[in-house]
Amino acid sequence: MTLYAALGAVEQGLVYGIMVIGVYLTFRILDFPDLTVDGSLPLGASISAVAITHGINPYLSLIFALAGGFVAGMVTAVLNTKFKILHLLASILTMIALYSINIRIMGGPNIALLGADTVFDAVIAAGVPGRYAGILIFGAFGICVTAFIVWFLKTELGMAILATGDNAKMITSLGVNTHAVIILGVGLSNALVALSGALVAQNQGAADVGMGIGTIIAGLASVIIGATVFGHSSIARAFIAALLGSVVYRLAIALALGLEFGDFSFNPSDLNLITSVLVIIALIAPNIKKKVAAR
Amino acid sequence: MLFFFIVTLSSAYAEKYVISVNQFVEHPALDAVLQGMKDYMKDNSLAVDFKVHNAQANMGTANQIAQQMIGEKADLLVAIATPSAQATAQALKRAPEELKRPLLFTAVTDPVAAGLVENLERPGGYITGVSDLLPVRKHLEMVLQYLPGIDRLGVLYNAGEANSKATVETIRKLSGDMDFTVVEATAAKTADVYQAAKSLVGRVDAVFIPTDNTIVSALESVLKVGIQNRLPIFAADIDSVERGAAAAMGFDYYRHGYQTGAMAEKILTGASPATLAVEFQQELQLHINALYSQKMGVEPPEALLEKAAKVYR
Repeated sequence: MTLYAALGAVEQGLVYGIMVIGVYLTFRILDFPDLTVDGSLPLGASISAVAITHGINPYLSLIFALAGGFVAGMVTAVLNTKFKILHLLASILTMIALYSINIRIMGGPNIALLGADTVFDAVIAAGVPGRYAGILIFGAFGICVTAFIVWFLKTELGMAILATGDNAKMITSLGVNTHAVIILGVGLSNALVALSGALVAQNQGAADVGMGIGTIIAGLASVIIGATVFGHSSIARAFIAALLGSVVYRLAIALALGLEFGDFSFNPSDLNLITSVLVIIALIAPNIKKKVAAR
Repeated sequence: MLFFFIVTLSSAYAEKYVISVNQFVEHPALDAVLQGMKDYMKDNSLAVDFKVHNAQANMGTANQIAQQMIGEKADLLVAIATPSAQATAQALKRAPEELKRPLLFTAVTDPVAAGLVENLERPGGYITGVSDLLPVRKHLEMVLQYLPGIDRLGVLYNAGEANSKATVETIRKLSGDMDFTVVEATAAKTADVYQAAKSLVGRVDAVFIPTDNTIVSALESVLKVGIQNRLPIFAADIDSVERGAAAAMGFDYYRHGYQTGAMAEKILTGASPATLAVEFQQELQLHINALYSQKMGVEPPEALLEKAAKVYR
């Protein structure tokens, strides 16, 4: 793996890490398996791209993306809580609807941002070399989002989200409206996913309706890698682990991309297989270490 | 004589070039592009070490590959298909000056809309390439010659593919001139293609499939509908004709790749991408599948059979 590839992996890991934090919120905290993310990631990208091509400041466009993602999450949660549609199905329905909606928003399947203003321009103009700009910005966003979520879950409202995920019946008996809490939680999760999508689009130079495919897979893999490798003994630790889990996942891909043994190199089509093997190694390594230490 | 001299001279000083490739997905057409490019290098005795990466249809991976390629310090970067080209262009834009390399895109339909170049004639930067923009008018003329007097042409595509959408818009614009109406059906993924094809039965006289990744991947299900309902299916690439489409004005992705190879050679031997105009495929070949045409209830006209470069019977 070259330095450039490693930097690229960390950058991708951090920007998708914001999505992973959103996935952690629904999947682990709320116990709400949410597939909306495959649609809300490109939703954030679409909104941000349209805003930027209409001359809106790229940072401001992120706010619109957050709002769009929040609404998408709310739709899933309302379908689930108010209309009693199973959470998985509710989120699938929102996800497939978003495919068409994203094409509507962009007026087509793809908007190029290659020449446009992005969040990087200000940082690069300030003298940061281009190759570090992504890491700097996504690192800052990742830290802010993690800090915000950890703080938020300590507020009364956040406590209600935690309690709803743990034991919805108990919390209802205490007089908390769990429907409102689920709607807020799923909305917040998808807002973060959309923010991640907006940043991804600005990073890769285009918003594309197909860019959400496989988001939930990467999200769940990163959540589990993070929890296994970095632990989840406290809320703060769990969210930092989710963010770092995403970085490990992307490093595994980078490693798989660059794997060569002398004259032997894998076929390009082996990429997914190698990535999956590397993730398996990352997951079982801590266990083996523990067993060895116990002897 | 001078030509020979130059050839011997250049092969005597032949060095091994490195080309890093960012391919978006495994797909017969895109694989053919890569093969065409490799074969051009072989046919012209250019020693090239290809570092091929495939994003397996994942945009996040395409981005990572783009950054990986910057680090590989190749002599030339090649990106196959629009998403990979955009990701590579973005990585290139932010790479430090000493790591910047020429980028050649291929299998990209509209390089201007994709933001890759501003001017097709003089790209002006590190980026140029080969566009697979379909000569839509020629395709439609062939269909009308094949089935004179059709009123309604069905177009089957994925509305999520930028390339297809551009093609369909052109078809719609040309339909007034050429005197037929367009009926569209879309499928967002390969599993939806069969249903979308069925929805056209009874509403159209023939179906045209642009170079759409989703539909072409599930071509057999469209052909099944065509055979069952005696509805002729036309394609826009010749690989599909071999699989059973009635006919296509050969957009040959292998030749597309070969043409990309020729452009790569120019850059490797010193030409600047800034002054190399974006190229398009020049010649088109007509391929006809007579066997499947009959299965779909039509007989290919003699005039076309005579012109065809290849006829499957």
